[in-house]
Amino acid sequence: MSYIGQFRVWRGDSNGGSLEDFEVEVNEGEVILDVIHRLQATQAPDLAVRWNCKAGKCGSCSAEINGKPRLMCMTRMSTFSEGETITITPMRAFTVVRDLVTDVSYNYEKARQVPSFQPPEGLAPGEYRMQQVDVERSQEFRKCIECFLCQNTCHVVRDHEENKPAFSGPRFLMRIAELEMHPLDTADRRDMAQDEHGLGYCNITKCCTEVCPEGIHITDNALIPMKERVAGRRYDPVVWLGNKLFRRNRS
Amino acid sequence: MTEVERHNYDVVVIGAGGAGLRAAIEARERGLRTAVVCKSLFGKAHTVMAEGGCAASMGNVNSNDNWQVHFRDTMRGGKFLNNWRMAELHAKEAPDRVWELETYGALFDRTPDGKISQRNFGGHTYPRLAHVGDRTGLELIRTMQQKIVSLQQEDYAETGDYEAKLKVFAECTITELLTDDSSGAISGAFGYWRESGRFVLFEAPAVVMATGGIGKSFKVTSNSWEYTGDGHALALRAGATLINMEFVQFHPTGMVWPPSVKGILVTEGVRGDGGVLKNSEGKRFMFDYVPDVFKGQYAETPEEADRWYTDQENNRRTPDLLPRDEVARAINSEVKEGRGSPHGGVFLDIASRMSAEEIKRRLPSMYHQFKELADVDITKEPMEVGPTCHYVMGGIEVDPDSAQSVVPGLFAAGECSGGMHGSNRLGGNSLSDLLVFGRRAGQGAADYVAGLDRRPVVLQSDVDAAARMALLPFDPPESGEPENPYTLHQDLQQTMNDLVGIIRKADEIEQALERLAELKTRMRRVVVEGHRQYNPGWHLAIDLRNMFMVSEAVAKAALMRTESRGGHTRDDYPQLDAEWRKTLLVCSATDDDELVPGIKVERKEQEPMRQDLFELFDVEELSKYYTEEELAAHPDYQSLAAKGNAEAGKEEA
Repeated sequence: MSYIGQFRVWRGDSNGGSLEDFEVEVNEGEVILDVIHRLQATQAPDLAVRWNCKAGKCGSCSAEINGKPRLMCMTRMSTFSEGETITITPMRAFTVVRDLVTDVSYNYEKARQVPSFQPPEGLAPGEYRMQQVDVERSQEFRKCIECFLCQNTCHVVRDHEENKPAFSGPRFLMRIAELEMHPLDTADRRDMAQDEHGLGYCNITKCCTEVCPEGIHITDNALIPMKERVAGRRYDPVVWLGNKLFRRNRS
Repeated sequence: MTEVERHNYDVVVIGAGGAGLRAAIEARERGLRTAVVCKSLFGKAHTVMAEGGCAASMGNVNSNDNWQVHFRDTMRGGKFLNNWRMAELHAKEAPDRVWELETYGALFDRTPDGKISQRNFGGHTYPRLAHVGDRTGLELIRTMQQKIVSLQQEDYAETGDYEAKLKVFAECTITELLTDDSSGAISGAFGYWRESGRFVLFEAPAVVMATGGIGKSFKVTSNSWEYTGDGHALALRAGATLINMEFVQFHPTGMVWPPSVKGILVTEGVRGDGGVLKNSEGKRFMFDYVPDVFKGQYAETPEEADRWYTDQENNRRTPDLLPRDEVARAINSEVKEGRGSPHGGVFLDIASRMSAEEIKRRLPSMYHQFKELADVDITKEPMEVGPTCHYVMGGIEVDPDSAQSVVPGLFAAGECSGGMHGSNRLGGNSLSDLLVFGRRAGQGAADYVAGLDRRPVVLQSDVDAAARMALLPFDPPESGEPENPYTLHQDLQQTMNDLVGIIRKADEIEQALERLAELKTRMRRVVVEGHRQYNPGWHLAIDLRNMFMVSEAVAKAALMRTESRGGHTRDDYPQLDAEWRKTLLVCSATDDDELVPGIKVERKEQEPMRQDLFELFDVEELSKYYTEEELAAHPDYQSLAAKGNAEAGKEEA
């Protein structure tokens, strides 16, 4: 069942680089990451790649395979034909460190700007009561393995580095939605989602949802409901008038 | 003099898995300037792989549960070799640690009355594991990662700097601990940035080791590349001791096919939720493998076992949920006797036990994993599973209350510490372990730093030596053929897998030690290509040093322990031996070799269990594990002895 596959792998660093051709053995049941590991062990010992669990659970081995953002550990070789040349490149929205490794610090900076869970005052540990049906909404978003493929594919930043300061990307807009839907969270992040995290930039093309290896419905279940909440607060004429009349500021 | 980036902290936590993050949270909350150093990106640690759940006797599903029952289950699971004080603290504190996570924002699955739901697991008397589907570890990591962010936000509000008191140094590897010349106490840690290859020095009086396990020394393993026994080896080189290294847990259910995913974990939750093991004849074989020590505690027929899922008061649990060591050995025997599955495992069947929707709801990531990686739909067909190296019970010898090792200022928590799980860990007890002892290590470090009257000093010569050691793989060998680190690693894995694996024999272990010695000489000739910037070949060459030390500790201790217990099975000594129960094997480093120091193993008597804990057990159960002399301390011993005499009399008559 083994064959020699054709691969083009991007090699280089922040100063530039190019695609290099390799011929690598491929065996039954293997995934792209197996091929990369064999390449390291036999032909390119210093080929840089991030990986950890090799089971689609940690979100480390993100890359672009034939131009599609994917996890290398979850891309089976059987989905390609034997004669096909497979191209593996680093994620495009982030600066390259070396070879397939990119600088993903943007994501950690954005994560720090989302105000954390705020529990109700006076509720002691052990006294939290929530219904399964209520926690399930946020639980869907907490399945996120932070592979940052959604961040990489989102057209707001994919080829627009200049949008990064004003836009936190699907992963962290979803984090805001997750906290907003947490049954016991007491903070209000609606204005902030729009003003500081760039929710308005999202025009729901669902590219993020398409590449999510966890199958999270980022657009339908997180971003659109979040937009509705913001709209409800800021643009509903009755709410607007009420706020004007009663000078109700940020609640 | 070596060029190094210098940092000054009160405590440096090495490892950003559950134990490391919990320790860091505690140290920061106690006012310490804290650094977390980890080999991967923040939030990728191996804890994310934990699936089943976190054991804590909250009693939400069965109100009969309490810390005493959890304590007893843990001691039984470890075949009474556990450090009883650790097992006691763990059982008592686990519920508080889980509830605390909810205040950080964790969202566990719920019971109908809104409490945290709990599931059944091997060796646990009652449903005890707090869980989130089958991705509990991810929830723990994310929750603590987000708690750390929230602490950084507090610091930002106060000082304008997120990293004023708590900073994560991601993709940074520590290669050596540094100690004070006069006191031997910890003075810092030396390492390199993976991205640039540049050196970094942390000057700190306290280090919390939370580096996890050693699975990457074995070929078939559920562990990621990070699990190279760094904490174990760094501690040894700094003068600390390891205990229980002969006990390595082979998880009974790893994937066996396709070859590239061999070893990847299939959660015990599959069995906890109703899945059963079958051989090629379709027989539920676990009923034939209930060992004497557990006789009477498990169902004897499939009918009783099936009734147990709905009526736990009147039925006994299925032997599919025996502790992991028992199940792994049973699978091994079935395969050996020719009743295995096509790819050398056995079948794990959940498809015939519940509806497809139910399976997808309860075990979403297992469904996903098999569908994507093996083309198997677990709602329609059984999985093929077999044992995989999963967890090391052995680790750094620590004081149970403070988590401090014999080296002042060196603390350890989680998998890289030893004692808590004895000879075998129960599923679900590792997530609770890392919360309980992560917090205690953070506390221990804080107390230690507060009590210091002077800061231990880092010697420049030690820094230079550490730098020289790290750069060694770039130098061509003095003589002989250069070695490829990847090949050497594969040879090590094959050796450990074949000769110090799930079933062991004296002559095979001796052979392993010979091969290890040979591999160590090849280690001297390892050469890496390229430069220092993000160079995986170089990183592996550095990690290999640690893997060799740990492998030697495992093999030497395994050779010395002439009995079978938990995660140590000797074909030539198949029985439990009560004399060995109270004996610990303590490993320390010898100073014969700077690159890979040798290992010395010594016996040490285990401290007897405190009387009130001892009396929590039935004397009859204890008699399966303890010597007569030890049993005499139990108040019911007289009646047991009388009964024994009466029975002996009957036999004679």
